[in-house]
Amino acid sequence: MEKLIDLAYILSSILFIFGIKMLGKAESARRGNLLSAVGMLIAMVATLLYKEVVDLKLIGIGLVVGTVIGGVWAQKVQMTGMPELVALFNGFGGLASVFVGWAEFEFGKQTDVVTEVAIYSAILIGGVTFTGSLIAYLKLAGKMSGRPTLFPAQKAINAVIFTALIVLGVIYVVQGASWALYGIIGLSLLLGVLGVLPIGGGDMPVIIAFLNSFSGLAGAAAGFVILNKVLIVAGCLVGTSGIILTIIMCKAMNRTFGNVLFGGFGAAGGPAGKAVEGEMKAVSVEDAYFVLEAAQSVVFVPGYGMAVAQAQHAVKELGSILEKNGADVRYAIHPVAGRMPGHMNVLLAEADVPYEQLCEMEPINASISQVDVVIVIGANDVVNPAAVDDPESPIYGMPIINVHEARTVFALKRGKGSGFSGLENALFFRENCRMIYGDAKETIVGLVAQFKG
Amino acid sequence: METLILLLFVFVLAAFLGFELIQKIPSQLHTPLMSGSNAISGITIVGAIIACGVDAHGIGKWLGFGAVVLAMINVVGGYVVTDRMLGMFKKKNK
Repeated sequence: MEKLIDLAYILSSILFIFGIKMLGKAESARRGNLLSAVGMLIAMVATLLYKEVVDLKLIGIGLVVGTVIGGVWAQKVQMTGMPELVALFNGFGGLASVFVGWAEFEFGKQTDVVTEVAIYSAILIGGVTFTGSLIAYLKLAGKMSGRPTLFPAQKAINAVIFTALIVLGVIYVVQGASWALYGIIGLSLLLGVLGVLPIGGGDMPVIIAFLNSFSGLAGAAAGFVILNKVLIVAGCLVGTSGIILTIIMCKAMNRTFGNVLFGGFGAAGGPAGKAVEGEMKAVSVEDAYFVLEAAQSVVFVPGYGMAVAQAQHAVKELGSILEKNGADVRYAIHPVAGRMPGHMNVLLAEADVPYEQLCEMEPINASISQVDVVIVIGANDVVNPAAVDDPESPIYGMPIINVHEARTVFALKRGKGSGFSGLENALFFRENCRMIYGDAKETIVGLVAQFKG
Repeated sequence: METLILLLFVFVLAAFLGFELIQKIPSQLHTPLMSGSNAISGITIVGAIIACGVDAHGIGKWLGFGAVVLAMINVVGGYVVTDRMLGMFKKKNK
């Protein structure tokens, strides 16, 4: 039987590998997801065949409860709520790994150092993943301020916790003391909270990708606890592919991972760059309409503000009208626009924006000077020209969409405040930029009404 | 000890494979890729099933039960959400 189970595990590992690979390509992504789900099913069924696994009733109850909660939740969530839900699911996976390690400790079977180190790792990584994801969830869902939360001696406190975790780890591994293990559980959970608190909303894409990677590693550690190969393979695949995504996100912001983690970027009191000269010029919806009406090419640049205003459907409607009006319409998406990797793509896809109209940063920058009108909807730092021409600016060097090179820019904005980074956006003071204040969705709906009337 | 070496071997190879699998991903797939791999990280369900199913009593077993529920939320929720997202992407290939 053991051999059969191992063979099944090999099969599910293969399915996971193909699944992840196919997720990286648009044509095959959905099938890839399905393949990996089949792999998961096979791994679960195989595990039920172990002769040590006897209490099928309790397992069955757990599986049903989990399926109902997860399934209903995933069906009901709106696309705008996607980032926080993914964060939350991710946290649950982390906590599950903590429980697996902890349970193994309570069974008291472990006698060797290796298992103890594995239990330690599973609890540490899983614990940080759980509370870290929970804080990310609260921030993304707006139940907590998205601003970085900084407090005195933050780094020192984190360093103390970190040291304590190492000391307790040694005590636990050497003596097998249970108080040390409980201490590790508590401190890991605390570290996750304190680690994510100082991270601002705009850095969320990085931290979500990172926590995702961590939950995989926690699974791999749990695999070492129970000496299970499929756990190690799948966990490690998720762990490393998540790191790749984290690196991509960091590059898109021109920052190192350490800077994201410890920078407290966007908190008050940071460097602000040069003071911006000039003034912001507002324009009415009617005037904007006349410019748009005559435009030959229009590019939308969405940001987190579009998600907040739930404006994606209205944006798509305006896009279609402009197209009928003879304009060439595209949507330019910065890699870190929004609150999770690829956030804007999901929202625009929900609104049925054709695939071909979604442009990545580089191709759009190549032709941006030919564009008549750029409409910036709730994006801020990713279109701030200070990143290009102000070496004093904290975001200097970050790749941006060069909308300031277009002929006219309309920036839709709620008020005059600055973006998450706390920076004034130099774009808004440019000669070719006009502000349209108000709720992004209402403004877009207003423009649509102008075209229809 | 031999088992450990074998498992480490597996771990290292899987790590390299993970790095190699994903090099260039179009950014519109970042979210599905993340939530899809998030679902895979629910593989810890395997450990949960074993911990929950053993013939024992006490706190360990209940931790196992908790782990089964949590991991299953992660697995089912992750796959369903990813499928929903990818379903939207698909529509416009018509």
